[in-house]
Amino acid sequence: MADNIIVLEAKSISKQFPGVLANDRVNFDLRKGEIHALLGENGAGKTTLMNILYGLYRPDSGEILIDGKEAIIHSPEDSITLGIGMVHQHFMLIPVFSVAENVMLGDETVQHGILDRKSVAIKVRDLSHKYGLDVDPQAQLGQLSVGMQQRVEIVKTLYRDAQILILDEPTAVLTPQEAEDLFRIMRDLTKRGVSIIFITHKLKEVLAIADRITVMRAGRVVGSTTPKETNEAKLASMMVGREVILTVRKEAAKPKEDVLQVENLHVQDDRGLDAVRGISFNVRAGEILGIAGVQGNGQTELAEALTGLRSIKGGKIILAGIDVTGKPPRPITEAGMGHIPEDRQRYGLVLSYTVADNMVLCSYYLRPFAIGTMIQQEAVDSNARKLIEDYDVRTPSPYVPVSKLSGGNQQKVIVARELSRPVKLLLASQPTRGLDVGSIEYIHKQIVAMRDRGVGVLLISAELDEIMSLSDRIAVEYQGQIMDIVDAKQADKESLGLLMAGIKSSETLKTAA
Amino acid sequence: MDWRRFAVIALVIIIMFGTVVLVGIAHDSPLVIITSMLATTIAVATPLTLGALSGIYCERAGVVNIGIEGMMLGAAFFGWLASIYMNTIFHFPAMVSLLVGVIVAILTGGLFALLHAVLSITFKVDQIIGGTVINILATGITGFLNRQMFFGAGSVFGGQVPHSPGVLPRIHIPLLADIPVIGRIFEQQPIALTALALVIITHFILFYTRWGLRTRAVGEHPRAADTVGINVIRMRYMNVIIGGFMAGLGGGYFTLESISSFEPLMTNGRGFIALAAMIFGNWTPFGAWAAALVFGAAQALQINLQFFRTSIPPQLAFLQNSYVVGLAPYILTMLILTGLIGKTIPPAADGKAYEK
Repeated sequence: MADNIIVLEAKSISKQFPGVLANDRVNFDLRKGEIHALLGENGAGKTTLMNILYGLYRPDSGEILIDGKEAIIHSPEDSITLGIGMVHQHFMLIPVFSVAENVMLGDETVQHGILDRKSVAIKVRDLSHKYGLDVDPQAQLGQLSVGMQQRVEIVKTLYRDAQILILDEPTAVLTPQEAEDLFRIMRDLTKRGVSIIFITHKLKEVLAIADRITVMRAGRVVGSTTPKETNEAKLASMMVGREVILTVRKEAAKPKEDVLQVENLHVQDDRGLDAVRGISFNVRAGEILGIAGVQGNGQTELAEALTGLRSIKGGKIILAGIDVTGKPPRPITEAGMGHIPEDRQRYGLVLSYTVADNMVLCSYYLRPFAIGTMIQQEAVDSNARKLIEDYDVRTPSPYVPVSKLSGGNQQKVIVARELSRPVKLLLASQPTRGLDVGSIEYIHKQIVAMRDRGVGVLLISAELDEIMSLSDRIAVEYQGQIMDIVDAKQADKESLGLLMAGIKSSETLKTAA
Repeated sequence: MDWRRFAVIALVIIIMFGTVVLVGIAHDSPLVIITSMLATTIAVATPLTLGALSGIYCERAGVVNIGIEGMMLGAAFFGWLASIYMNTIFHFPAMVSLLVGVIVAILTGGLFALLHAVLSITFKVDQIIGGTVINILATGITGFLNRQMFFGAGSVFGGQVPHSPGVLPRIHIPLLADIPVIGRIFEQQPIALTALALVIITHFILFYTRWGLRTRAVGEHPRAADTVGINVIRMRYMNVIIGGFMAGLGGGYFTLESISSFEPLMTNGRGFIALAAMIFGNWTPFGAWAAALVFGAAQALQINLQFFRTSIPPQLAFLQNSYVVGLAPYILTMLILTGLIGKTIPPAADGKAYEK
């Protein structure tokens, strides 16, 4: 596939931001028709480099060559003219516009002063057909799935004749199936001569799709390799700068009494439809029960019901011997619930509060943090300093707003808060979503450590690998019901995958027979 | 604009027109009354229509503008002042003076809008505060200058309000205005007719041109617009200033088309009612215009009832009280703003300053 013509070359790019050298003499090149993965942890400088190539930032020094000629890129317009297209991690699309309007925005076709929607629609349809994108130009963007919106972003770049495509963390928002589709589209594109820069921190994806891999760490390129020459462990240690244990080490569980019993639970979603339909299970002290399932099968509603954030329509929840059915969050928290919520920025933290204040969100009204109605600032501060130390939260001080921290460190603040309390059950929803390898390793270790201290853990995750490596027992949720609960030691990917698709193994056996 | 909204509008207008017809039936035929009501409605809805268009340009580009009231007040004063200067001091004919007045009114609106743009786009001041600044500033300047120039010892016009050049004449549109009886609806003054044309033009610009697409993009998701090479700051500035021109023309209506004098605070909340019309119309020109007509009809009701005062039947005696009828537009505003009809959806980035 890949020729040896170099279409883009960045030479010795440096970019200084206040307090950080985001890019330090970075060299990078892209060959025609290849997928070149740029791998690195959050904050390694990948996005900065791409924003420089796309004209959103200007480098302090260094030069960029396109097709061997020095290119001056001062704005996105310049880079679009040079044939560079970028699909941003957060889509640059307007929900109330049609697909065609989104595609043409900034490069409109006009006839006699009137927008020529028809010819744009034809062009979108042609491109969509050529690359197997299946995009309807007349659809309103906001009605489309996330995966489809991403394709609109790709069409947008192709419409501008992009020859170089930058995909910034494109799989972060996709379901596994959508990611597969994206990879197929990426291969189709490269066959037609488009060159792709693929930014990610997911190792498996890199190995599956990239032709070449460049790894960045702390603003520098630490090395380049190919999928043939490397493996996950090697890439991880390049990214993090030390050995990383990708497989979770844990002893066999020693489960004791039930800490959570859920009986015939019914919950509705925001639209009033049944999201959880008669679920029963139990979690014992000292074990991890993983709930696997494709997203949108009621996991979110289940977690919210268990923590008192959503009212329930029927059933019973018993936490550590106390009936907490229908109780608000505070009594549930006091009964021993620790919660790492799915959306950490919306439900886990108050972003504008300081790190120290966020660390007492569940207990600010209790001694020693409050005496009567007065907050005891000293106790709050010393608590924060201790937790920052114990949980290795990277923050300039306990008094910066938590919004200034990276995603991994924000998650550590939540973990520190929830795990430092005397919890009996830890509910962890998508605890490592969007985090880098180093942080994932850390969070996983903490969850196992909690289990070993005799806490019951309910782990909800869309990442099957995470479920399989952490859980002692695995429940598969499909359309609001538990398909089956299996012992993790006997579980394998195929049978879990079938359960996630709503097929019971006994049924498959029957049809096979 | 969905059908339900139009149905609400139609219903309210029918009720108000029906009231006048009932009261006036002893004097005139229903057709004559309805024609007269319609003509008045369109005329008095003019500043509301233009104010709402002003809001649409600004807010579609992502800048909240609650300074429309002030822009109109300022334009009303300076437009009128310009026409008097032209007429009384430089001795230009009345028509020329009035046209210069209109141009000055438009520019005054634009100038206030420029101030709003500098505050809210460049300096990223809270846009509500920026609008409030415009309103206070306009009240202060017009009140102060009005007193300094026309009243008190040593004022420019020596304590005497000079003879004004009158108001803009009605335009007789051939054919349309020649239709018997209902032709009168189309016999309007120039600013009223321009406002109607601007409703159509604004709709066309917003939804059928490159400028409109980019304006809406900037108001929905400025960063997305930026990444495809659209100059967000420039688009916002231009639209806010165009919005200022609209408000300025609307201000000119008060002193150059409606009556030929200026009074402090004479816009009397019309700028805010215009905002209500814009919201009611879901940020679309035709929707806003329809809403402006509702408010216009409420005012027309008040005006027309005066003619038939003596014949108001005893069952409707409360209509004799001019306060009751005069309150109608304001009560309508309250009802409409507190959710008489479903949800309205403002542009997503409305009111948010753009930071690179």
